[in-house]
Amino acid sequence: MTHPEIGADNLQEHRDDFFELLLKAHENLSDDDSTALNARLVLLLANEVGDFDTLKKVLEGAVAP
Amino acid sequence: MPHYQGIRYPFITPPELNQAVSGRYPVAIIGAGPIGLSMAIDLALQGIRSVVLDDNNVVSVGSRAICWAKRTLEIFDRLGVADRMLDKGVTWKVGRLFHGKSEVYNFDLLPNAGHKMPAFINLQQYYVEQYLVDRAAEFPDLIEVRWLSQVVSEDIGPDHVTLQVETPEGTYDLTADYALACDGAKSAIRDRMGLAFEGQHFEERFLIADVEMAESPFDEEETHERWFWFEPPFHKGQSSLLHKQPDNIYRIDLQLGPDADPVEESKPENVIPRIKAAVGDRPFELDWVSVYSFTCAKLDQFVHGRVIFVGDSAHTVSPFGARGGNGGIQDVDNLGWKLAAVLKGKAGPALLDSYHEERSVGAQENIKNSSRATNFMTPKSKMERVFRNEILKLAKDFPFARTLVNSGRLSVPCSLAGLSLQSAPTSIRGLSPGTACPDAALEQAGEKSWLLNHLGGEFVLLTVGASTREIDLADVRHLHITTDAADAGLYDCEGNVEQQYGCELAYLIRPDQHIAACFELREAGKFLPALRRAQAREPQEAAQ
Repeated sequence: MTHPEIGADNLQEHRDDFFELLLKAHENLSDDDSTALNARLVLLLANEVGDFDTLKKVLEGAVAP
Repeated sequence: MPHYQGIRYPFITPPELNQAVSGRYPVAIIGAGPIGLSMAIDLALQGIRSVVLDDNNVVSVGSRAICWAKRTLEIFDRLGVADRMLDKGVTWKVGRLFHGKSEVYNFDLLPNAGHKMPAFINLQQYYVEQYLVDRAAEFPDLIEVRWLSQVVSEDIGPDHVTLQVETPEGTYDLTADYALACDGAKSAIRDRMGLAFEGQHFEERFLIADVEMAESPFDEEETHERWFWFEPPFHKGQSSLLHKQPDNIYRIDLQLGPDADPVEESKPENVIPRIKAAVGDRPFELDWVSVYSFTCAKLDQFVHGRVIFVGDSAHTVSPFGARGGNGGIQDVDNLGWKLAAVLKGKAGPALLDSYHEERSVGAQENIKNSSRATNFMTPKSKMERVFRNEILKLAKDFPFARTLVNSGRLSVPCSLAGLSLQSAPTSIRGLSPGTACPDAALEQAGEKSWLLNHLGGEFVLLTVGASTREIDLADVRHLHITTDAADAGLYDCEGNVEQQYGCELAYLIRPDQHIAACFELREAGKFLPALRRAQAREPQEAAQ
């Protein structure tokens, strides 16, 4: 793991609810529409995180899991 | 016939051809564009004589650089030409951003009431050059502009440069202590010196068209707007920009894509329908069309002994964000006082090295910003396009997404913080050394003035506060701004000086209106070392 300080469980008891909502948002979407939805999600979530150092670590973690 | 009919400047036989003597000048400037002419004026204000050599005898053909940013206007004001530019130029107030047919958002560009200059004006490069030529003529003993005088070779010595100049009446040699290459992106002197000019080339082609149109396309005739389209309905899959210049000339930029044929695309029958689609059925006339692609590149070193590169010859950027001409004028601002100090024997060549150090940082910043804007406008992959388009979709409802939309980040002065000439700040208060001085309104005995008009051209020690105290620093003018309305001195009438600069602090301001050092008043012992450092004298001692 590149950054031990990210990746600890923050979702807690809502983990399954969140995952269900995520899949539901993609339901019946074409691949193109799903790609666009994911892009919007990344952008909105990045803005909610805000902190640039955290975002860099998240990006690195996603690129090389 | 183009709207602007430029003056043809006469060729005047130089003394070298009349008397067959080789002239010697402190400075030879190659290129009479905005950079070369500004350079000559800045040097003349320092009392330095120069000769400007240009291979043709007209100002810019076509409008070319049209957006002049606030810092540039402040520099032009110091050079004594800004008022005329402001009078003629167009200041836009409203920006509208479209994606396809629909407006994503619009914004007001409100002027900063505490600053003399607006965020920027639109003014054709030919007017800028014409006004600079007129201003240069006000220094007949210090500036000689020689038209139809092409530099064809140079002999670079350890303490001089000899230029061979070709003219309609023959060829002659001219020797200068320094030669300034202000000969643009395709600099011939750079090529002859064999200097690498490498960077990122963008395949995308762009078409710019100037049209003359009596009727404004904007809702309110007097409110000038700037329209930017991503994927405009009239120009599939690309981007477009529309903004206004003086004389009812409108600039339309159309991104053509990498496969466009420049000759085919420039034909009126191909250009006119696209403009109609953008501006509707208003009658217009095509004034000037140009198809271009661009490279973001810079020289590794701007100072090569007695040859110094200034403006596009040293660095080129994409046009997005208006960082070409504006970046070049900041080069002039940075180099003028330094070269003058060296020629007067007040500083050594180390001061010229700081020109490279500081403006190289500026060029890198400009290249980074303009490359990012270009990448936003020209997505290279499907995923890049998806992110770009989803940002535009989110921008309708989410303010953060509007800040991500990049149709060009407007030229702002780069910070010189941490570079050789600046002293490290010792106080957490006040503006950081390396910052270009922000403007503010002042008043004295009922007379209004602007802070920046009291700065520049020489080193100034600026203090702000209610109490005045004499500070004596050799070769430095002391300027005190009072925060007490009852004082007789220059008064901070709107509180903008105190708000921006803080009180009871002393600033050492460079001749180019940048802050070299900032100290608490009690630290008077640090003023002189800071001054020496800002003049590239005794750097080790001053660094303490």
